[in-house]
Amino acid sequence: MIRVVLPAHLKNLAQVHGEVQLDVDGQATQGSVLDALEAAYPMLRGTIRDHVTKKRRPFVRFFACEQDLSNESPDMPLPDPVAAGTEPFLIVGAMAGG
Amino acid sequence: MGGVRVLVGTRKGAFVLTSDEKRAQWDISGPHFGGWEIYHLKGSPADPDRLYASQSGGWFGQLIQSSNDGGVTWEPVGNEFTYDGVPGTHLWYDGTPRPWEFKRVWHLEPSLSDPDTVYAGVEDAGLFRSTDGGQEWMELPGLRGHDSASAWQPGAGGLCLHTILLDPSDPARIFIAISAAGVFRSDDAGKTWRPMNRGLRSEGIPDPDAEVGHCVHRIAMHPSRPNVLFMQKHWDVMRSDDAGESWREISGNLPSDFGFPIEVHAHEPDTIYVVPIKSDYEHVPPDAKLRVYRSRVGGDEWEPLTNGLPQRDCYVNVLRDAMAVDSLDSCGVYFGTTGGQVYASADAGDSWTPIVRDLPAVLSVEVQTLP
Repeated sequence: MIRVVLPAHLKNLAQVHGEVQLDVDGQATQGSVLDALEAAYPMLRGTIRDHVTKKRRPFVRFFACEQDLSNESPDMPLPDPVAAGTEPFLIVGAMAGG
Repeated sequence: MGGVRVLVGTRKGAFVLTSDEKRAQWDISGPHFGGWEIYHLKGSPADPDRLYASQSGGWFGQLIQSSNDGGVTWEPVGNEFTYDGVPGTHLWYDGTPRPWEFKRVWHLEPSLSDPDTVYAGVEDAGLFRSTDGGQEWMELPGLRGHDSASAWQPGAGGLCLHTILLDPSDPARIFIAISAAGVFRSDDAGKTWRPMNRGLRSEGIPDPDAEVGHCVHRIAMHPSRPNVLFMQKHWDVMRSDDAGESWREISGNLPSDFGFPIEVHAHEPDTIYVVPIKSDYEHVPPDAKLRVYRSRVGGDEWEPLTNGLPQRDCYVNVLRDAMAVDSLDSCGVYFGTTGGQVYASADAGDSWTPIVRDLPAVLSVEVQTLP
């Protein structure tokens, strides 16, 4: 079970409160977690990464275990505590105006 | 009970303003989608409770929302806008080729007859259509496939398709306008397009009367007379009496012919409204007085409408999609400002009252006249 924390705007859009908990098939990577997130909450498609290229939107960041994973490969395994569900995977709106 | 519903898109959410036919007391609901830019929202002429909203933002991109209860509740629908085929390039500000890249939906135009069919005008300029209530969007690629498209350049606000007019007398005829390419018309329901810019003259482009390249800010038509079009261009207010084939200037005695919106009275096809703005450098009203100008003779002769509008120290702008009319017996006229005011006139512009004064900057205003 993977724990995901969404930014406030996307919590509102997905109509969730608190953390999202996801079962991920296979290894937990950015890509597999986002696949599972978008399957559970289709309204989030296109808001975190591009529909077609799957590229992260420029003002979205991915943090976990006090690290910025935004520029890591989508196929790279997430840190063990995220995969084990002891630490959340954070999806963050960048501090970039608004 | 009849009345009006005013749909207001702002920099930080959408607001729905409702009133009875007197238009004196208003109920204000919102913000819907607080914090998001709402470039436009509009109701279906075929089902007034079906609304569509374009919701976007720098963080999370584009969403489309739909309502089936007049804006009380909303559901996100499809938000995938993928250009048909290999997108190709247009010109960037510096004159270099730049690949087409979807930015946002500027304008939503529901079909006149089918609540599930809606058109979307997007940046970078393209026209999309959904026939399933906004779930899936398909580009009408003939527009971007026009020979001139590789030479289109963005206006200051981006290369945006901001106006879509559907001809009520001919379902196959569509007009669109792009900043800064100009007006195009399709006579085959969007398959093929022709530029409709003859008579426009723009000093800011190398060939002032070029076929394509004009910064058209807005076009408007009266549904009873779809061959007559009115245009607010970057500079110049224009009129066409032949469905866009040719245009003539009708700026007449306006204090400035720069501006953004243009609207037509609901019952008088030759009564039109503009909001003059001082210049393209200074997006503020001339003399710091907010004045709507009305022509009752289809242009050239204009009268200022000031009753109830600020006549000193006013430095707001009125954006291109931020003016609309209702179709009650005494035509109502509405506009929103970048200062967050929404002004309404229940007497065709003779007098004005702010419905609300302190919204976020207003991007769009649409009005529904309810049965």
